[in-house]
Amino acid sequence: MKTLRQYIDKIKPHFEEGGKLSMFHSVYDGLETFLYVPNSTSKSGVHIHDSVDTKRVMSVVVMALMPALFFGMYNVGYQHYIAIGESNTDFWTIFLFGLLAVLPKIVVSYGVGLGIEFIVAQYNKHEIQEGFLVSGMLIPMIVPVDTPLWMIGVATAFAVIFAKEIFGGTGMNIFNVALITRAFLFFAYPGKMTGDSIFVRTDDTFGIGAGHIVNGYSGATPLGQIATASPETFTGIKDTMGHTISTWDYFIGLIPGSIGETSTLAILMGAAILIITGVASWKIMTSVFAGGFAIGLIFNAFGTSVALATPALDHLLLGGFAFGAVFMATDPVTGARTETGKYIYGFLIGVVSMLVRVVNPGYPEGMMLAILLLNVFAPLIDFYVVESNVKKRVKRWNSKNA
Amino acid sequence: MANVISIKKGLDIKLKGEAPAQTPKKVRSKKYLICPDDFHGMIPKVLVKEGDKVLAGSPIMANKNWQDMQIVSPVSGEIVAVNRGERRKVLSIEILADAADKYLSFEAKSPKDLSAEQITELLLKAGMWPLIKQRPYDVIAKPGTPRDIFISTFDSSPLAPNYEFIVAGQEGDFRTGLEVLQKLTSGSLNLGIRPNSKFKEFADIATIQQFQGPHPAGNVGIQIHHTSPINKGDVVWTLSPADVIIIGRLFNSGKSDFTRTIAVCGSEVKVPYYANVLPGVSVEELTKSEVNSNISLRYISGNVLTGVKVNENESLTFYANQLTVIPEGVETHELFGWAMPRPKQFSMSRTYFDWIARLLSKNKSYSLDARILGGERNIIMSGEYDSVLPMDILPEFLIKATIAFDVDKMENLGIYEIAPEDLALCEFVDTSKVQIQKIIREGLDKLKNEFE
Repeated sequence: MKTLRQYIDKIKPHFEEGGKLSMFHSVYDGLETFLYVPNSTSKSGVHIHDSVDTKRVMSVVVMALMPALFFGMYNVGYQHYIAIGESNTDFWTIFLFGLLAVLPKIVVSYGVGLGIEFIVAQYNKHEIQEGFLVSGMLIPMIVPVDTPLWMIGVATAFAVIFAKEIFGGTGMNIFNVALITRAFLFFAYPGKMTGDSIFVRTDDTFGIGAGHIVNGYSGATPLGQIATASPETFTGIKDTMGHTISTWDYFIGLIPGSIGETSTLAILMGAAILIITGVASWKIMTSVFAGGFAIGLIFNAFGTSVALATPALDHLLLGGFAFGAVFMATDPVTGARTETGKYIYGFLIGVVSMLVRVVNPGYPEGMMLAILLLNVFAPLIDFYVVESNVKKRVKRWNSKNA
Repeated sequence: MANVISIKKGLDIKLKGEAPAQTPKKVRSKKYLICPDDFHGMIPKVLVKEGDKVLAGSPIMANKNWQDMQIVSPVSGEIVAVNRGERRKVLSIEILADAADKYLSFEAKSPKDLSAEQITELLLKAGMWPLIKQRPYDVIAKPGTPRDIFISTFDSSPLAPNYEFIVAGQEGDFRTGLEVLQKLTSGSLNLGIRPNSKFKEFADIATIQQFQGPHPAGNVGIQIHHTSPINKGDVVWTLSPADVIIIGRLFNSGKSDFTRTIAVCGSEVKVPYYANVLPGVSVEELTKSEVNSNISLRYISGNVLTGVKVNENESLTFYANQLTVIPEGVETHELFGWAMPRPKQFSMSRTYFDWIARLLSKNKSYSLDARILGGERNIIMSGEYDSVLPMDILPEFLIKATIAFDVDKMENLGIYEIAPEDLALCEFVDTSKVQIQKIIREGLDKLKNEFE
């Protein structure tokens, strides 16, 4: 380990201003601080610091995403082998298929996003910000498995540049970067982001799992089925082979959907990590579910269409609702930042996402739009919370002076 | 007796190297340095030159904008140098001390027989006025009649000296000091105490408020907020108990005797102790052969949250009630530190498992170094600051308003109620390592200039 440290110290001068590799300073600096905690000491203010830093926080979020990611990989393979009629393929082959299908997306998302981050850091002469570690992992998890890699690359580049860097980087952005990526894909390439043919990979992956679709297969997601079904003929949500599935199946998550979003169980494991470590706000998480459940119950009372009649609990388990509530709505930068505001913010996300999903026939899923909409309103919510604090103080002044 | 005010938010950081309550050693150095920078906001006008002989209590500096405010020599001796830096900025006045102090004598009078004006005049002349600070702005008070005066009798910051122990034996001076201060305000004289502390005995002269809970419960700003918050236009004065003793001593003995009992503490002090010293005493003298010397050290005049970094060859600052020595930490290169469990480091964040260890053992203490342990970022996490600021103030919004210097917003969000020290814990726990105290200090200074 000593030799590594010595080597780092030896090459350091090359990357500093005037060195022959100074154009790669941000890369060097990023790598050095990744390997070793910087030994710079405090210049003003407090002399000791808490050992937590953004690297720690971001890596905890990435860890919290792991259960959902691994489950998603397995599910990609599982759905594929059902579609080609080889559902008794062994576990590791199924997982390997999913791994190979998902890994390139992660590589592309990180490659493009971190690449831009490095360039911007070099250009602005600041340190590399860790925020994209999370965004870069979220992006592959919220797209359908058959999204082409180049689309992910283009959308990631768009989101990182126009949703983050032009605002000043992590901490300054108004919109959740991963959701902007998805929104870009959704509106720029609607054909590749909706429909029955994209959520289950039916082709092979690097030669693995070649086969032909069996008869009776349909790749429609549960929410897709709900959105298009008519109340007269609807006989419950079906899996890809036409068997009726239940609330328990939605919870476990072996159903078609975006890569990381299907399993509420795996997502709740992540939620537990986030809440125990205190990284994400339990206030936002619980109030998103509360908001969605509350409006779901109201819909059920008036249920005339299939979407309205779907039980409120099922709505929370289907689609990207849980994933959005746990990993997207809780983004501290784009969410409400006051403690009271968090309840309102979360509740409204739950409500709006259900409104989009159920009342609007055009979009079977509403989580993305709901969070992006509330990202816009988060500062307004905070404004009123702050204003109430200010009012108390001004009232105190006035009563004193009167 | 008033009810106990219970502070819920906050954080106690237990560090190694607390000074035990044992008879203070008297420590005297050959040279004393008085630095104008200790007196925030003062533009110094030097009244002495090299070779001048001074007595303890002789003026050596005055404030250029307000010549009545004098800084006096704490010792008798000879001025050996007036050190200047860039653009002839006065850095310090160096005094070679006599073996024993000879004092400039003032008339010892009971404050009961004096008017507020006479008291003010005497305090100014004896160089004791700078001991009185004011809110808003957290600067040396301007003479006048403050709404109230607040004294916190306990310091809850890490390794802080125990004032109950310090005041023991000097109760007479402390009482006289309180009598002096009582004359200066038309409102109330408030003592913030821990429940059942010995300071209860001063209930006849001051209003007692009891506070329990973690740091910053001992910060006078927090106590003011929970007793009678500062409104726009209000001025309150604040002092530390050590300052009250010094003032009381002047009126009892007629001497400008600035002796204070300080704690010499920190993980790198071999045997932490209490010392009786005069301000400006050399750090070397206090730590000679007392500190571990195989690593580079950080000497802090004050506590680890709000103190001033001083060099070994410099001196204790004017207001300091403790000298803390911790490792600098520059030699440490932690491989993948951010990913490690780090059981020996302190974190309020539950991303480390330290919080479990602290739940299991309440007395777990730490030896922390001066590293920042991360890079400075934009503010990312929310609710961090709120969890350690027990005030009805939204710190994040206040800090942002201060960075933007939006005066209306700063006022409305409570800038008048806070001093940088109140937000020190916010700075400590910050994931993004923002220099909050610096931001607030600069904001307060700019605000003061705007209005005066």
